[in-house]
Amino acid sequence: MSILIKGGRVIDPENKIDAILDVLIENNKISKVAKNINSSADTVIDASNKIVAPGIVDMHVHLREPGREDKETVATATLAAAKGGVTTVLAMPNTQPAMDCPESVRLLQEIIRKDAKVNVLICGTITKGRLGQELSDIAALKKSGVYAISDDGCSVDSDELMLEALKKAKQAGLLTICHAEDKKLSGKGVINLGFNSTRLGLRGISNESEYKRVRRDIELAKNSAAAVHIAHVSCRESVEIIAKAKKTGVQVTCETAPHYFTLTEDALLGYDTNMKMNPPLRSKEDLIAIKQGLKDGSIDAIASDHAPHTENEKDIEFERAEFGVVGLETELSVSITELINKQVLDWPGLITRFCLNPARILGLDRGRLTAGSFADVVIISDQQSWIVDKPALVSKSKNSPFLGSCLKGLVDYTICNGIIAYQR
Amino acid sequence: MGWTKKDLLGLEYLTPEEIELILDTAESFKEVSTREIKKVPALRGKTAVNLFYEPSTRTRVSFEVAAKRLSADVINIATETSSVRKGETLIDTGKNIQALKADIIIMRHNYSGAANMLARALDISVVNAGDGWHEHPTQALLDIFTLKEKLGKIKGLNVAIVGDIAHSRVARSNIWGLTKLGANVTLCAPEMLLPVGIELTGAKTSSNIDEVLKKADAVNVLRMQFERDEGTAFPEQLDYFKKFGITEERLAKAKKDIVVMHPGPINRGIEMSSEVADGKNSVILEQVTNGIAVRMAVLFLISQAREAKK
Amino acid sequence: MKEKAKILDEEGINRAIMRIAHEIIEKNKGSAGLCVVGIRNRGVYIAQRIAACIKQIEGMDVLTGALDITLYRDDLALASGQPLVRKTEIDFDINAKNLVLVDDVLYTGRTIRAALDALIDFGRPKSIQLAVLVDRGHRELPIRADFVGKNIPTSNKESVEVRLQEVDGIDEVAIVEKLGGDSSPCGAQNDV
Repeated sequence: MSILIKGGRVIDPENKIDAILDVLIENNKISKVAKNINSSADTVIDASNKIVAPGIVDMHVHLREPGREDKETVATATLAAAKGGVTTVLAMPNTQPAMDCPESVRLLQEIIRKDAKVNVLICGTITKGRLGQELSDIAALKKSGVYAISDDGCSVDSDELMLEALKKAKQAGLLTICHAEDKKLSGKGVINLGFNSTRLGLRGISNESEYKRVRRDIELAKNSAAAVHIAHVSCRESVEIIAKAKKTGVQVTCETAPHYFTLTEDALLGYDTNMKMNPPLRSKEDLIAIKQGLKDGSIDAIASDHAPHTENEKDIEFERAEFGVVGLETELSVSITELINKQVLDWPGLITRFCLNPARILGLDRGRLTAGSFADVVIISDQQSWIVDKPALVSKSKNSPFLGSCLKGLVDYTICNGIIAYQR
Repeated sequence: MGWTKKDLLGLEYLTPEEIELILDTAESFKEVSTREIKKVPALRGKTAVNLFYEPSTRTRVSFEVAAKRLSADVINIATETSSVRKGETLIDTGKNIQALKADIIIMRHNYSGAANMLARALDISVVNAGDGWHEHPTQALLDIFTLKEKLGKIKGLNVAIVGDIAHSRVARSNIWGLTKLGANVTLCAPEMLLPVGIELTGAKTSSNIDEVLKKADAVNVLRMQFERDEGTAFPEQLDYFKKFGITEERLAKAKKDIVVMHPGPINRGIEMSSEVADGKNSVILEQVTNGIAVRMAVLFLISQAREAKK
Repeated sequence: MKEKAKILDEEGINRAIMRIAHEIIEKNKGSAGLCVVGIRNRGVYIAQRIAACIKQIEGMDVLTGALDITLYRDDLALASGQPLVRKTEIDFDINAKNLVLVDDVLYTGRTIRAALDALIDFGRPKSIQLAVLVDRGHRELPIRADFVGKNIPTSNKESVEVRLQEVDGIDEVAIVEKLGGDSSPCGAQNDV
């Protein structure tokens, strides 16, 4: 099985490539990236006027399976991923049961083996049941095949327990992902704390509830010499704290999600529950800081925080509605529209944050087009516009904050491990 | 200019002209309640549904009286006894009421934004009778109507709003309405009960009630609910009365004709002394009377706008 | 709107109102127990002028009131633009009075129907009589005026405009042609 992609603008930051080249895929691996490859491949794709890049590695995805198959399944989420140009997802552990033991991990691995259309990596929990009380058997989780640990949706409140977790993770060679939120400060908040929460009569979530926990997790990372990755950074103070820590040599990386550099708290003024997520959409100043952080490298990665919810859970009173939005199918287009077309990042910069950096953070042989690497490739029509509407989304849930938006950039092909997983 | 909106969700969403139109229309309606036969046929054949998710006697009854004086039929749905108890969603409830061919839903809800959501989902009119901490537009309209009746104008008036601003929909609606009509609004409360960024509405804030009262032409005293929100720090009751309670001693140092308002029900001895509540500056019962006229105006204008769109 | 003809000037209006006042006194055998209620908007001013004339003749004050009929209109449900609700001011008991209802123009009769409904809500006058400055015909209801300033035959394509000092800064009555030739009585300028 071989695929030859001809004449596209190939972007591969790892190998400092940004040129019109051909890409040859053979036996699930990248075989060659060069000018005018003359080879009789099984499939030849004309990629002229298109972008050819490594497939996206999305470090923050909620598959909902097992447990909430009404919201999403491995099959539907990975289909959505492929449609969005995502070839690898890190599945968050807040499933039912939670990924806190090898048995649960094996259960999910079985489903993935049957249903997944792209690579699905599993993230285990830090604590049993994500309750922040008792550590999971981190070594056993590693052995069962998880790629990271996180209590996603919750932060481990106890400093001692978190420090212990970081030490165990380091021993096991696992990355620890931190959901940075001090629930004592965020309380029952539902949107960003500020004038908008006041005028809407809703409880606010302060920046402080995020950045104080970012600061603590970085402090613990320093003390344990372990690597931490801060999930979904949303506010300016967090960006500053992370940038400073990086300079002092702490092993800290972080991600943000497309909605944090696209939308502000003003999107909440109509009580649209599709704009409700945690952390919440922040102020204009925060949005600017997130963009700046992406530009200067303080923010390493873009991840969707794909969080599907059914209409029943969203089409209700704002305060009762679930937190979270879907994003697998829109993250690339939103980023092209908001970052490339507004000159925040160039193509190599965007691909670095979508592919190369997350692959490095997770220690994967992906996110690059190096000969011999796994052949995860995405071909993009970057000038093509489309309007996000519910029927266009293949994810089981339609809770996108970008419904009705006109976005630039459509994926033509997603090739995962040398096989075409999606074709427009 | 006329009224074109299908719903009344809050005063934040209205122009000064729209607010004036409601007030002017209310003035015409006030006369109806003074007649021997307190009824006009304007909304004959229309059905208004009172959908109250929070217990409220005065607002519900006021709306009911207003609708009936316009000859509308009124149906009261108490959520304790309805299918809401059985887990029906708000939108489903609304669509069912719409399917009954009702014309207006008057809704009180404990969640902020519930009226906005319902209005978006339905073709029939929604009148917000209070949603969470968000807005209570008809209360503010009747407060402003009363103030205008007493003092002849709104523009340039110094109006103090005293009490738990953070958790008050009455405060929010009053702030929007009064500032839009050109009043100088000062919010007076303990620091912890002033919500973040409230001064961006144009209102000033203060924690010194005596200073605020000195300049005030009117004071709107909010009901203090110490039990409402667990997790929020509240001042101690007696301490609150001492520092912010409206008493005769305090009023003695205020303008002689200061207008004292309260949306009710009053906690005597907590936010206001009995002497003040029943005193010569108090217009609390006039507010209740005016509430009928204001709500008649709102129901009339909204139902006219819907007819015009048909 | 295109003005076609001037029907009455200031003097003409004054003469018509004075004559109506005389006729009212004659019919009611004096001004005792009489009250005059004008329909908003211009009927109110004509009513006040009639009352002033009666006082001039009889030397006695006549009770006057203002009636807003918006809430009683039978076309409230029709899309005829949004009517402004104005104040009704009848500060006296109409029971057992001879009540003269006053409007500027009598046309379909629907305004008068609404006014009669409204008046009944206020009490039971001994009689209700109707005075209008202009009767332009085209009745749609069995209603006629007791006192008419001037009968003006018109077509449905025309409209009669009464302009008064108090509202318009001038006293005159004119026939104007409606542009677009709207022949629906509901869209008419006066008397709905």
